[in-house]
Amino acid sequence: MTAATLAPTLPAARSHGWRGFPTLLATESRLWLREPGTVFFSLAFPTVLLLGVTFAIPGMREPITGTGSAWDGRSAIAAYVPVVLAAAVATPALTTMPVSFAGFREKGLLRRLSTTPMRPQGVVLAHLVINLVAIAAAAAVALAVGALVLGYPAPEQVGTVALAFVLTATSMMSLGVVIASRTSRASTASAIGSLVYFPLLFLSGLWTPGPMMPDAVRQVGQLTPLGAASQAMTAGWFEDGFPALQVVVMAVWTAVLLPLGVRLFRWS
Amino acid sequence: MTAPLPAPASALSPSTGAAGPVVEVRNLRKTYPGPKGSTARKVAVEDVSLSVAPGEIFGILGPNGAGKTTTVECLAGLREADGGSVRVLGVDPQTRPERVRDVLGVQLQESALNEKITVDEAMSLYASFYDAPADVEELLVMLDLVEHRRVAYAKLSGGQKQRLSIALALVGDPRVAILDELTTGLDPQARRNTWDLVERVRDRGVTILLVTHFMDEAERLCDRLVVIDAGRVVAQGSPAELIDALDDTRTVRLRVPAADRDLTWHTLAGLVDVESIDEVGREIEVSGTRRVLPAVVLALAEHDVVPDDVRTVPRSLEDVFVAVTGRTYDPADGASAAVGPAEGADR
Repeated sequence: MTAATLAPTLPAARSHGWRGFPTLLATESRLWLREPGTVFFSLAFPTVLLLGVTFAIPGMREPITGTGSAWDGRSAIAAYVPVVLAAAVATPALTTMPVSFAGFREKGLLRRLSTTPMRPQGVVLAHLVINLVAIAAAAAVALAVGALVLGYPAPEQVGTVALAFVLTATSMMSLGVVIASRTSRASTASAIGSLVYFPLLFLSGLWTPGPMMPDAVRQVGQLTPLGAASQAMTAGWFEDGFPALQVVVMAVWTAVLLPLGVRLFRWS
Repeated sequence: MTAPLPAPASALSPSTGAAGPVVEVRNLRKTYPGPKGSTARKVAVEDVSLSVAPGEIFGILGPNGAGKTTTVECLAGLREADGGSVRVLGVDPQTRPERVRDVLGVQLQESALNEKITVDEAMSLYASFYDAPADVEELLVMLDLVEHRRVAYAKLSGGQKQRLSIALALVGDPRVAILDELTTGLDPQARRNTWDLVERVRDRGVTILLVTHFMDEAERLCDRLVVIDAGRVVAQGSPAELIDALDDTRTVRLRVPAADRDLTWHTLAGLVDVESIDEVGREIEVSGTRRVLPAVVLALAEHDVVPDDVRTVPRSLEDVFVAVTGRTYDPADGASAAVGPAEGADR
């Protein structure tokens, strides 16, 4: 019955590999929202961090005095705002995103996709988009809540802060892709992510924000993506000069890590 | 009904009629890197050739680790072969995988979905990848998934997950479907339902490549099949041909009243057509020539022994495996075969 209708020929290739990407992005977004842990850490963590630091640590709302620098007279919590923005990027990029990529690989989801006309790259791209949107939203929420509850000065150089923030996102996401590129288990990705996450947060000034950071830490930190991120945003927010070194550092990290991550990435 | 296309068991590339083969594999070879520090490579597929005709259910049968999954992974363009050639509808999936993906549906042994995706979401997602997808509603009905359509993947039973996996393999309206270890882990009822389903899929005009380590499954479903052992094709043909080609040994089991036991044993041992007698539980197993059954019955009748039960032991693909490999068939045993990374474990 079927033999006659099934000549062994193929029509010209109909697939371009990205058909269905909008559906994929929509579906992955819905699934992303169904993970309460991921949603909390990606969207609410920066705000919680900012408010927590403000109200849990005594003296954060007092003005800084006696540093003999531009910081004098500003509330200590203001120095935290760039750090919180850096954390808003680092948290999804180094914790939730690599874990979900490794999970896809572990479950054979990427392998399953590679038998369809959709390329497994599609699901990676969809998650980069989702995480970028989440990062932007998380930063916006943290800034809005912070401005409402705490009040802090507007950035001196909005463009510089925006550029620094974008570069923070690209360099940290690239680092996240490298971590996710080979790990075959979600738990391994989680462990490696944390191993990188906490030292980077330290270098970004989570424990020693703004003027409280020792010089040695600052020297090392400015060469790391997240240290450079908070320093560049601090400079853009409170100072006049352009943080050229930090911007170049983040651009170089992105330029090195992103191709590396794409190159190393395994589908199964 | 699609006529199976019988071919002599000895032929390497059986005739597949005027339409030509849908899938053709010639002398496929695939190795994996050996253990660390060793330059020797593990051979997953040594030499496999097969040819699948349109509308067939074609089986790839063998124990775990025999190279079945590696073979179909090369077919699906998921792995690069070391040697030989592979064609799906005339196209080489090794060099042009993108041309094959639209027409080849794959149900993989080791693949899951996101735990929170619902049946509906998974179906529309996978349908969106294809230019001319199958009717999702129709597939859900056929696979008995309609009432589970809003259920998340993690909450589906094993059989439901398996059916969804088949539905996803068919949602692109493929012309060829690879179904890998379809019924592993299913209960007997679910297995039988899945078998019916495979036949219904074939009736839609889909050519099916069925990978299995279950002899009964292959015997029940396949029009033709290859038996693979240690990366090589050790037998091929239709199940009936393979079984008929076995040597002429026949086996009968009987149960006689305890009082007649010694007499029976003694009588049967003297028959020319009987080659061996064994005790298997409460039964006596008698093997011999093609004439062993009438000979046994006749001899017992002469001695006025009325057996409580007599049954012939049907020959199966398992006997074919024993005949061609010299080993008993242990589906979980890949001992004699090199084990590829994707085919090591038996779940």
